[in-house]
Amino acid sequence: MNDFSYTQAATAKEATALRKDTPTAAYIAGGTTLLDLMKAHLQEHPQLVDINLLPFKGIEQTKDGLRIGALETMSAVGEHPLVVQQFPAVSQSLLLAASPQLRNMASIGGNILQRTRCGYFRDAAFPCNKRVPGSGCPAQTGDNHNLAILGVSESCIANSYPGDFSVALAAFDAVLTLEKGKGKQRQVPLNDFYRLPGNTPHIETVLEPGELIVAITLPNAAHAQSSTYLKVRERSSYAYALASAAVGLDVQGGTIRAARVALGGVGAQPWRSREAERILTGAPATEATFRAAAAAALQGAQPREHNGYKVELAQNTLVRALQQVAA
Amino acid sequence: MESDLFPPADAPKPEDGSRRSFMKLSGGILGLALAPPLVSQAERLTAYSKVLKGATDITLRVNGQAHTVRVEPRVTLLDTLRERLDLTGTKKGCDHGQCGACTVHVNGQRTLSCLTLAVMAQGKEITTIEGLAKGDQLHPMQAAFLKHDGLQCGYCTPGQIMSGVACVKEGHATTDAQCREWMSGNLCRCGAYPNILAAVRDVAGQTAQG
Repeated sequence: MNDFSYTQAATAKEATALRKDTPTAAYIAGGTTLLDLMKAHLQEHPQLVDINLLPFKGIEQTKDGLRIGALETMSAVGEHPLVVQQFPAVSQSLLLAASPQLRNMASIGGNILQRTRCGYFRDAAFPCNKRVPGSGCPAQTGDNHNLAILGVSESCIANSYPGDFSVALAAFDAVLTLEKGKGKQRQVPLNDFYRLPGNTPHIETVLEPGELIVAITLPNAAHAQSSTYLKVRERSSYAYALASAAVGLDVQGGTIRAARVALGGVGAQPWRSREAERILTGAPATEATFRAAAAAALQGAQPREHNGYKVELAQNTLVRALQQVAA
Repeated sequence: MESDLFPPADAPKPEDGSRRSFMKLSGGILGLALAPPLVSQAERLTAYSKVLKGATDITLRVNGQAHTVRVEPRVTLLDTLRERLDLTGTKKGCDHGQCGACTVHVNGQRTLSCLTLAVMAQGKEITTIEGLAKGDQLHPMQAAFLKHDGLQCGYCTPGQIMSGVACVKEGHATTDAQCREWMSGNLCRCGAYPNILAAVRDVAGQTAQG
């Protein structure tokens, strides 16, 4: 790693002011993504601002749902009884990700901001529109077996967010609280937080320079309580998803009253499928319904040479997840 | 998938509460142990807010002992342990958080020292593989790795043992499937997994029997 200066900010105000003074500085919480990228020289920062003293902590029951501080770790959130009971899919998405050591370190705010595992992004010897805008995308015709098939563009086919947690957040209508400085906060639904690549794959979220993720709010719902996260990988643990599904169903008398569906591993961003939800809602909870929903979810897929298998894999993953929840 | 991989929805885990109270406790002890003492929140925050640039003296508490070392902010805990404190039991495998060879305990939780900055480990209780044995008496996990031949080349072993100790303490070694899942952050290229599993499960059984 190239050298940098280090400051531990005492308050959010101080942290945002430090970033304003040095716009190329980066915030550090758990550091599991940032230091990895800095060691690989994929990101360089002259200054790191440690935000671990900021009061972005706590997992609290509110009158509408749960509010989770962005500095809570993946372990703490994944194993918290309120999360386990009210949002099983969210708990599972965290505990099926990374390793116990990484989950002890990584903040959930940082998890939301983790970057793609596309091999061309992670090897500075290759061009990459995400890393060097305008340089090209070798993944389009190169090794793309684990890259995205939904929401992709001619500029980029990376799974911009490669993880699991945001997939569950996308399904269950999470809202992020962001803070820009001087205590000014705004709320952004998770589903509006990520940006599709289009011609600007280097702009990945709507987070403004220096803005911090403060908290995540999850609204309570029957379909959230009856939910699961199913993850399919190349090995049985400690790997990114080839395809995954976060699903929740509220089934009464064999009829689906409400449904939530999001897919991971296949989208340029965590992929909420309202097409699938429309087919599920009001329909009988049967395999035929689930198959129709899965077909709808993958209808817009644009596979390349090596990732065509993901269309069927994602459909089967979604069907199995729905069956598990309906059972 | 076995249901014991996840916490049960009906039984709140004691884990979270006990971990917090442990951290509070160790923080209190450290406050007393470290020089200069962290007298008040206000003073602490003022001290922390200064910019560290270039080589700076920091104090780390490792295996119960305080050490002052001069490091740049970019130096990882792993490199500080190995290169500055001569604690070479902790191994550098991938140096990118993918293999688990560098696993140590920070405030009792298993942590990757290759992705931890030494400056950020100040004020925390760090335990390495050298801190497990009591004199000539091996930690039960070390003894179990010998008994079950839980290694071939031995390079991943310190990380496996540190992870194994935490895995048992967390209550994540109660079945073979659960133990495999919760030890999956430690890779072994020799493929000694069956014997590693046997060692961790053996210690978990001893713990369960009291």
